[in-house]
Amino acid sequence: MTDMPLAGPSVPHDGTDAEARPVFVEERRVLGLPVSAWPGIIAPLTIGLFALAAWELIVEWKRVPSYILPGPLLIAKTLVTDWDTLSGALWITLRITFAALVAAVTVGVALAILFTQSKWLEKSLFPYAVILQVTPVVSIAPLIIIWVGDINLSLLICAWLVAFFPILSNTILGLNSADHNLINLFQLYRASRWQTLRHLRLPAALPYFLAGLKISGGLALIGAVVAEFVAGSGGNASGLAYRILESGYQLRIPRMFAALILISLSGIAIFLVTSWIAHLFLRRWHESAIRREN
Amino acid sequence: MTSSAAAAIRETKGRPLVSVRGVSKQFSNGTLAVRGVDLDLADGEFVSLLGPAGCGKSTLLRMIAGLGAPSVGTIEWPTAPHDSRGLAEPDLGFVFQDPTLMPWATALKNVMLPMTLAGVSKPDAEARAAEMLALVGLKGFEASYPRELSGGMKMRVSIARALVTKPKILLMDEPFAALDEITRHKLNDDLLGLWERNRFTAVFVTHSVFESVYLSQRIVVMAARPGRVMADLRVDAAYPRDDLFRTSAEYAHLCRVASETLKKAIAG
Ligand SMILES: Nc1ncnc2c1ncn2[C@@H]1O[C@H](COP(=O)(O)OP(=O)(O)OP(=O)(O)O)[C@@H](O)[C@H]1O
Ligand SMILES: [Mg+2]
Repeated sequence: MTDMPLAGPSVPHDGTDAEARPVFVEERRVLGLPVSAWPGIIAPLTIGLFALAAWELIVEWKRVPSYILPGPLLIAKTLVTDWDTLSGALWITLRITFAALVAAVTVGVALAILFTQSKWLEKSLFPYAVILQVTPVVSIAPLIIIWVGDINLSLLICAWLVAFFPILSNTILGLNSADHNLINLFQLYRASRWQTLRHLRLPAALPYFLAGLKISGGLALIGAVVAEFVAGSGGNASGLAYRILESGYQLRIPRMFAALILISLSGIAIFLVTSWIAHLFLRRWHESAIRREN
Repeated sequence: MTSSAAAAIRETKGRPLVSVRGVSKQFSNGTLAVRGVDLDLADGEFVSLLGPAGCGKSTLLRMIAGLGAPSVGTIEWPTAPHDSRGLAEPDLGFVFQDPTLMPWATALKNVMLPMTLAGVSKPDAEARAAEMLALVGLKGFEASYPRELSGGMKMRVSIARALVTKPKILLMDEPFAALDEITRHKLNDDLLGLWERNRFTAVFVTHSVFESVYLSQRIVVMAARPGRVMADLRVDAAYPRDDLFRTSAEYAHLCRVASETLKKAIAG
């Protein structure tokens, strides 16, 4: 077909003319973000500031003692004065969370691929994945800590247990939801199993996997914190959960709140980062990420 | 038009490209979708499968493509290469009723797919895909994603993907059924243009009498419950066919004949 002229005797009338070629218009940006993104940031921030102000006023006005409910200003001050301890704990919790998430992604995706290659394997192993998922982590954490010995590793395993199931089940669903006609097309072109996986099933599974990742990101943090509560270990190498327990014993409630806030902020940060990753991968083609213009 | 055109073509052209012999297909739910179909497709001819909804056109076309084996009968490819197990490996392109594009890939990447799967080097595949896109009138849309294209444009991408490997036979399952009339006419013309230049064998499933007469040299009329071949008509109008042909008395006459045959087929 190298030297063939354009097919058909006339110019296309179905939108395939030169004027219809895509022209990408950049939206105006303020501080690096598109204008339309700002209301979604400003609105919740305003609500948050109002709530904080009300909290501070009520604490002041009713003279609530700080060991019952510290005001936001005191908490902020504690965050600064205790930063050395708290930041160390934050770092440890985040490290466990992140390692657990990486392990969850690796094992979850690998198992999902394995399961979709062999129905037999899926049938025999999937029930055990469900059992792991439905068993509350608090109830098996003590066992894991006894068996494993190393506290960090046990925390990692607990967090991983909580985090990996959404990735596994979402990725399996995604790998199996490739368009039937596209599967037929790959069959017509005699694609190998690996080619079908690489060019069809994995891309089709991507939105599902990323939805799982968003859930698992939060769950990994929850798993890491819950497991540490159960472990209740002290010493220098302890995370935010232990700092909360310790502050509770010592009635240092502002510090307890400060640690709590660090956990919440970490959760928000994880959510934002995973959402951003999902957006990066899907923005050009998936319904969930595209900006609708009609 | 003359009946038994199949026999005539077989005499003039020698070995057929595809030979369907006594093919029936029963689905596991008991539906007898196709019964006792005999059909020879000659190299380079343009054949339409015409019939009412549910008469097994898609089922037959998919079996010819190798998607789903017949319950009874054989489909042979006398001239195609065969693999070690003796299965035919025909060189074919398939266009589904829906465009069936990969939503995560650009138009260019979608057209490159058959070559990617065949291990063609990337620059080579890219060049050929771009050329094919230009040929179906989509120059400038290489980087567009399917969701950024109109229905007609997506169908063009799908046709480009089917033709990019220069197949010997192009199977199309009501490819333009969902499009408006103007776009359909345009795509019919472009399809004929591509066929006249490349002379692949074209098998075109449709339930439109007008479309089948306009496009084909031969119309295989099918009837439903169970799906079977009722008539094999020959359309003797010369190519190239264009808007002049569409408004001619000859076209009107051919449509009337095909329409009556179809009516008889539906009546049983
Ligand atoms: N996978 C399937 N399982 C069971 N029955 C099926 C299946 N596919 C098709 N059929 C049945 O086979 C018959 C023929 O279907 P087919 O899709 O081939 O018809 P068609 O001529 O292509 O119709 P249309 O013009 O509506 O596309 C129908 O009665 C349909 O219900
Ligand atoms: Mg059909």
